[in-house]
Amino acid sequence: MKESIVSLKGVSFQYDTQERYALNNVTFDIYDGEWLAIVGHNGSGKSTMAKLLIGLQFPQAGEITVCGMPLNEESIWDIRTKLGMVFQNPDNQFVGTTVQDDVAFGLENNGIPRDEMVQRVEDSLRKVKMDKFLYQEPHHLSGGQKQRVAIAGVLALRPSIIILDEATSMLDPRGREEVLETVRLLKEEKSLTVISITHDLEEAAKADRIIVMNKGEVFREGTPEEIFSMDEQLIQLGLDIPFSVKMSKAFRQKGIDFSKHYLSEEELVTELWTSRFSI
Amino acid sequence: MDISLQHIEYRYQANTPFEQLAIEDVSIEIPSGTYMAIIGHTGSGKSTVLQHLNALLQPTKGTVKIGDHEIKAQQKNKNLKQVRQKVGIVFQFPEHQLFEETVEKDIIFGPMNFGISEAEAKKRARIALKQVGLAEDILEKSPFDLSGGQMRRVAIAGVLAMEPDVIVLDEPTAGLDPRGRKEIMDMFYTLHKDRKLSTILVTHSMEDAASYADQIVIMQHGKVVNQGTPEEIFSSPVELVQMGLDVPEVVRFQLKLEEKTGVKLDKIYLSIEELSSAVTGVLNRGVRS
Repeated sequence: MKESIVSLKGVSFQYDTQERYALNNVTFDIYDGEWLAIVGHNGSGKSTMAKLLIGLQFPQAGEITVCGMPLNEESIWDIRTKLGMVFQNPDNQFVGTTVQDDVAFGLENNGIPRDEMVQRVEDSLRKVKMDKFLYQEPHHLSGGQKQRVAIAGVLALRPSIIILDEATSMLDPRGREEVLETVRLLKEEKSLTVISITHDLEEAAKADRIIVMNKGEVFREGTPEEIFSMDEQLIQLGLDIPFSVKMSKAFRQKGIDFSKHYLSEEELVTELWTSRFSI
Repeated sequence: MDISLQHIEYRYQANTPFEQLAIEDVSIEIPSGTYMAIIGHTGSGKSTVLQHLNALLQPTKGTVKIGDHEIKAQQKNKNLKQVRQKVGIVFQFPEHQLFEETVEKDIIFGPMNFGISEAEAKKRARIALKQVGLAEDILEKSPFDLSGGQMRRVAIAGVLAMEPDVIVLDEPTAGLDPRGRKEIMDMFYTLHKDRKLSTILVTHSMEDAASYADQIVIMQHGKVVNQGTPEEIFSSPVELVQMGLDVPEVVRFQLKLEEKTGVKLDKIYLSIEELSSAVTGVLNRGVRS
């Protein structure tokens, strides 16, 4: 049985300046050890949800439970030791004057002994391939490099849950893949739970489960296969479909009949090869 | 307006212990009306090149020609205002630069700063707003009450209201959802055609470069390593991959298919539509039947 590590029950939230609810009666569970992708158009409530999970805002209605603790102003400090969050824009989360100071900041706050701190800073920077930049000033790094340092800062704290709030949206494709691969490895090593809020449908296709948000509500929840069979509906929601699904559609329109949606290029290539080229 | 970068070099914090060579011997020609994409890894020097295009940075070596203006290393430059009016830069996350009380005031700030009358600037603001796909009733609102996507459009309108001849886009769609991304890219393409602008797009997206640009420049470690039309650049995909760069998804797919089947198509296809037609054609002729 899958164990719930985060649960939202009837959660609603409204910003002071807005007439509409940013989140409206949202209920779902996040299971221990899964990679959950939360997708949705800009303004669908994805980032608000991230802010609620980490207690930057509190819901006006409903309840959030993290690792068995109800999230409130008293429990938030305990909960934040379990949750690490990487934001979209690295410039908003830099505090240190050098790369290594920045990664050490969270560790210092948590009173980690110096020897271990030095080790953890180096380890996590190596994992994001920024260990050659220990003494650089963060503002001299490019956007992608900054984001990798920010991710190292979270990794160093060894949380049980990592929330990526569009954390790879400013990286180039290779950088993005490196970071996701790092998080994937870490997830396996430490049995982390990963919540990835993203526009990157290729990334979502590799998640264990996807939640589609629309106008502050959960629109659909399912495996990547289930979600991407929504097809045109996803585009109407302001989203997109992965390349291999588009490609199979184009083939289908040209009279090549496939039995299903292919979520990876490899699958589609294999299908074309085995069933078509070698008749 | 033609832009020409001739053997430029730029060092950050030159003559200090923190000196860092960002770009080296970069030469790029951008004739008037070109849509050029500059591609490279983070840290490849793209953004540094971009800042030379309207003289925000002065090269530490070489010459930058922007229309009739020449900006040379080690030489005091005057009258840069005119250059900056003609070359509009849309920075990454341009909405962070919004600052005025109302959308209208924010959009007219740029043009008025360049000496345009308030009445004319307001007229331009309305035109620019329409171009970015926003309604006029937004003019009196505070830019900070808008959604992220609307804020970005207002910021872009502020650049368009200066009526530049050249528009430089630094990852203009970062952080937008797929629909927003397509809308913004299509909008810039329409402007490019209608206003006969030169457009320079700095991007990670091989997809966007393949779909919109006439010319592509590939940068790596502060140098230009390749330039040409999308067809030329992507016709040697293996080289790109060796450089550690990506190719458009559709090209990657074609390569995988060719490798698996051993069937080589006549050329590299840059759109899903063209590639699926070509592959279907091969299948219908029954290559291996």
